[in-house]
Amino acid sequence: MSSAAGPAQNRPPPFLPNWPARIAWIALAAYAFYAASILDVTWERFVLGLENGAKFIGRMLPPDTEAEKMTLMIRGLYESLEIAILSSTLGILLSLPVGLLAARNLMPPWVTWPTRLFIALCRAFHQVIVAIIFVKAVGFGALAGILALTVASIGFIAKLFADAIEEISLKQVEAIRATGAPFMNVIAYGVMPQVLTRFVGFATYQVDSNLRNSTMVGIVGAGGIGGTMFAAFQKFDYDFLLTILLAIIAMIMVSEALQNRIKRLYQ
Amino acid sequence: MSETTRPADSSAAAPAPALEIRGLRKEYRRGVPVLRDISITFANRGITAVIGPSGTGKSTLIRCINRLVEPTAGKILFHGLDLARLHGKALREARRRIGMVFQEYNLVERLTVMENVLSGRLGYVAPLKAWLRRYPQRDIEAAFELLDAVGLTEYANQRADALSGGQRQRVGIARAVMQQPELLLADEPTSSLDPKTSVEIMELMVALAESRHIPVILNIHNVPLARRFATHIIGMSDGSIVYDGSPEGLSDDHLKQIYGGENWLE
Repeated sequence: MSSAAGPAQNRPPPFLPNWPARIAWIALAAYAFYAASILDVTWERFVLGLENGAKFIGRMLPPDTEAEKMTLMIRGLYESLEIAILSSTLGILLSLPVGLLAARNLMPPWVTWPTRLFIALCRAFHQVIVAIIFVKAVGFGALAGILALTVASIGFIAKLFADAIEEISLKQVEAIRATGAPFMNVIAYGVMPQVLTRFVGFATYQVDSNLRNSTMVGIVGAGGIGGTMFAAFQKFDYDFLLTILLAIIAMIMVSEALQNRIKRLYQ
Repeated sequence: MSETTRPADSSAAAPAPALEIRGLRKEYRRGVPVLRDISITFANRGITAVIGPSGTGKSTLIRCINRLVEPTAGKILFHGLDLARLHGKALREARRRIGMVFQEYNLVERLTVMENVLSGRLGYVAPLKAWLRRYPQRDIEAAFELLDAVGLTEYANQRADALSGGQRQRVGIARAVMQQPELLLADEPTSSLDPKTSVEIMELMVALAESRHIPVILNIHNVPLARRFATHIIGMSDGSIVYDGSPEGLSDDHLKQIYGGENWLE
């Protein structure tokens, strides 16, 4: 201990500071302060907003449950559900091959590169923008919504699925290849068992996401409850709007419970 | 090379060899050979142990045989077939005839023991049938017989990730033998196991291979284990063969030449 003074001076520091990361965090904090300062948020505007909000909520209550409007709402909800389920099914089925083709540890670059470009294109635009394009292409109605959300599903599931495949243990794949198995058997035994639970996770998350988005694409005429909701907004029909919102919340909660069941099946 | 020993018995074993390697070279980086033009003949019976220090190319040698690693140059003659030149379907058909046991077992963790053993038949079963688990009845019976032989019958429906190391390697051996191979490769099959389990695994592998007349080529860096189980020993050092002979003929001088230094002996 007493002779430790000599060698101790030659030791490197135990932890090295990461200056680039520190500078980046400081820059981020500085920009956040600057951006907030030019937003012109004043107390008066906040108080006025509170009053408007209270008026809005007052006009929402009690929720409108008139029979004619209820049939309108149920028809809209049913169409939304149809859009969500069909687009999820199509999206999940298409994501399997697309994700496999995008995995850089299984496929050569000339396959993964164009596939990854295709996935990036699917992800590039928000679902509502894609829905507008499909409304122009196939006309108003649920078909446009189904196609728009299918594209969104591929963009999400195929990308995460490809990333999951790139993280698998290649030892298991190697063992199956060593048996002389054809490529499809290598996929079925060496790859799929390693990524199936994660794929199911991504897929159920996307079903949930599609369910929420299916209530929105109607705003641009792509079918579902969104159209009815937007009309209620336009007509200041706020009490009917509340009924629709409550119904959507109920639908999302039921789907959440179902998803948990499905995930448990595939542990 | 002058010290390479060729015992009389290997040249006297006239029947066709299991494997003949001619001038095998492997470079992972250009100009840096891991295997330096190796030539060996493996007899069509018995256990051949390849010994040598870590990083000397033992694993590369074994993996070149079933082409998990691509050889840079040379021939690997397997019953008249040059494995080094095969592609696509012909390569897959050759791989079916060669079983492999891995250091880290390489089982499919999320599949059951039975599914892992049956995966030895994946070269023969069509994808849709394999996916639906529609294996021929005789494959299923053979799998149960093998599970009996390795003592894991009651684990058939357990997932592979629930097993211990020794149990996993038993499944790995069963999977390889399930191929009904004409040659069994084993890449450091006991290096991840404790000493007692290592001996048990070696006993099991040797017994299964001998009862089915399958010649075995295995990498091992445990010299006593190699001496105890092998019928033939190949010593490698720095990508070349420095000993090729019987376990009895392997002297301390040979070991010094293979592993370098001598302080570790004793």
